[in-house]
Amino acid sequence: MKKNMTCIVCPVGCQMTVEEKNDGTYDVTGNTCKRGPKYAVAEMTNPTRVVPTTVVIKNAMLPRLPVKTAQPIPKGQIFDAMAVINQVVVQAPVKTGDVVLKNLLGLGIDVVATRTMNKF
Amino acid sequence: MIYDVVILGGGPAGLAAAAEAKKQGAENVLILERDRELGGILNQCIHNGFGLHTFNEELTGPEYAERHINEIVELGIPYLLNTMVLDMVEHGDLKVIHVINENDGYMAIESKAVILTMGCRERTSGAIGIPGYRPSGVFTAGTAQRFINMEGYMCGKEVVILGSGDIGLIMARRMTLEGAHVQAVCELMPYSNGLVRNIVQCLDDYDIPLKLSQTITFIHGKDRVEGVTIAKVDERLKAIPGTEEFIPCDTLLLSVGLIPENEITRHAGVEMDPRTSGSVVGELRQTSMPGVFACGNVVHVHDLVDFVSQEAVLAGKGAAKYLKGQLNADVDFTTVNGDGIGYVVPQKVAIKNVDDSVTFYMRVRQVFKDKVVNAYIGDTIIATKKEKKFLPAEMVNFKITKDILAEYPSGEIRFVVEEAKK
Ligand SMILES: Cc1cc2nc3c(=O)[nH]c(=O)nc-3n(C[C@H](O)[C@H](O)[C@H](O)COP(=O)(O)OP(=O)(O)OC[C@H]3O[C@@H](n4cnc5c(N)ncnc54)[C@H](O)[C@@H]3O)c2cc1C
Ligand code: SF4
Repeated sequence: MKKNMTCIVCPVGCQMTVEEKNDGTYDVTGNTCKRGPKYAVAEMTNPTRVVPTTVVIKNAMLPRLPVKTAQPIPKGQIFDAMAVINQVVVQAPVKTGDVVLKNLLGLGIDVVATRTMNKF
Repeated sequence: MIYDVVILGGGPAGLAAAAEAKKQGAENVLILERDRELGGILNQCIHNGFGLHTFNEELTGPEYAERHINEIVELGIPYLLNTMVLDMVEHGDLKVIHVINENDGYMAIESKAVILTMGCRERTSGAIGIPGYRPSGVFTAGTAQRFINMEGYMCGKEVVILGSGDIGLIMARRMTLEGAHVQAVCELMPYSNGLVRNIVQCLDDYDIPLKLSQTITFIHGKDRVEGVTIAKVDERLKAIPGTEEFIPCDTLLLSVGLIPENEITRHAGVEMDPRTSGSVVGELRQTSMPGVFACGNVVHVHDLVDFVSQEAVLAGKGAAKYLKGQLNADVDFTTVNGDGIGYVVPQKVAIKNVDDSVTFYMRVRQVFKDKVVNAYIGDTIIATKKEKKFLPAEMVNFKITKDILAEYPSGEIRFVVEEAKK
């Protein structure tokens, strides 16, 4: 399978082509430096992303608290993660780094608050 | 009471400038902020990708803001919230700032130095004039960002985004994650105005098409948006007849650029630069009015908050030097944008105020590959900046050491995009 992708490791943004060979390894072309293929293979085998979003907060100045996954999660599970995170309701006060949801989707990764919100 | 430094705006620029001024010896520092909290636009930018340069980690906007706010609290710098600055006038050696807030009503605050950090605001649809009624469902991307991320109000289901600035790209992903369907991002220019990393992580990741060289020619719907007509444009950016396509949608987000918020600056009589829509500044971000400094998006629109913080440190240093009577008022060098360069900041340099180097910020006018930016004084190239690619979306920062500048008594530094010499 051939795939075109843009390397985002540095601002040059090389247009790369990645091809899976029969032995399961990858052929990468279009990169300018070694970091390109490393990124490309990670993107092909296990792409991950940090998911920043919000949860409902009660008794605070605002109705939403910004949160993020403490570590990157597999890209394919982002929408499942959103469905679970959107059920979370927390009470003020909350501090940056407080865990608002433990062990998201059994991944062993927590969802944490990204700002402090006092009781209002 | 007469303040040493008053800061107009409590965003990242204002916070970092206040902290630096205080650390450099300014005693009575005050921050004025019209919003209900400090942090500026960062409070609504809940995505990660801030602070890679400053803190060496990838923070979200609110996390980046909180670090700066904590520093203000630790330094014991006072601030007034819900306080709108109306005006600033020069009065002898002092600056008088007219403000209004609910508790104190109208106040005139006197200060020896002032740092302008009012940030920027978004261009609106009126400013670009798309034909059609003015139905509900048209938002600037930043307004939608605030509604969704802070107020918890989801503003649409079927979305088209006009303009590929970073805020538009970030919102394409954000709305998709919250269950909306983003049909397309239309960009008038043949290249995106957003960072490559945002195009990949916000559009490519979710298969959202980026339609380059296309624009919206009509907004359909009377009460609520019902759809938009998009069309391809020619080299002169005019819509090409026969290429129209109707896209049904209930929401249109506009991400068509930012303008520095400079009503107060202009009214005060500070010299402006039409290229940046910000004030003309020196190496320590001093403006044409003695004791008045400016930094952050109010000077020129930055794409990365890290550079805003760096610039703010310069302004804070400058204000502290001014208070001690150590700010040199010479203009040894002026800067000019030559071929391929849209603007250069700072516009003036006094060499005596420079520690070891000056970083010049500039934007290229179009995408350049395998080129360099050369800095000339007269016919001599004094420094060269190499980059595999220069993009209008990514501000170029070009550092020139004091040693190099000191070889010339004075002059005009001209920045030009050229072929790399073999
Ligand atoms: C909608 C939007 C989204 C953005 N998203 C990103 C992003 O995702 N990533 C990124 O790196 N950069 C982003 N930026 C750029 C971002 O603005 C800068 O990186 C940075 O926040 C600029 O800092 P600043 O302090 O100059 O301005 P701001 O953060 O805008 O702060 C200016 C402050 O001044 C206050 N103010 C203005 N006028 C007055 C007045 N008359 N009286 C009192 N207070 C006043 C404002 O309320 C505000 O708090 C975004 C900009 C906008 C407009
Ligand atoms: S391949 Fe290397 S040079 Fe090209 S974008 Fe990736 S990191 Fe940058």
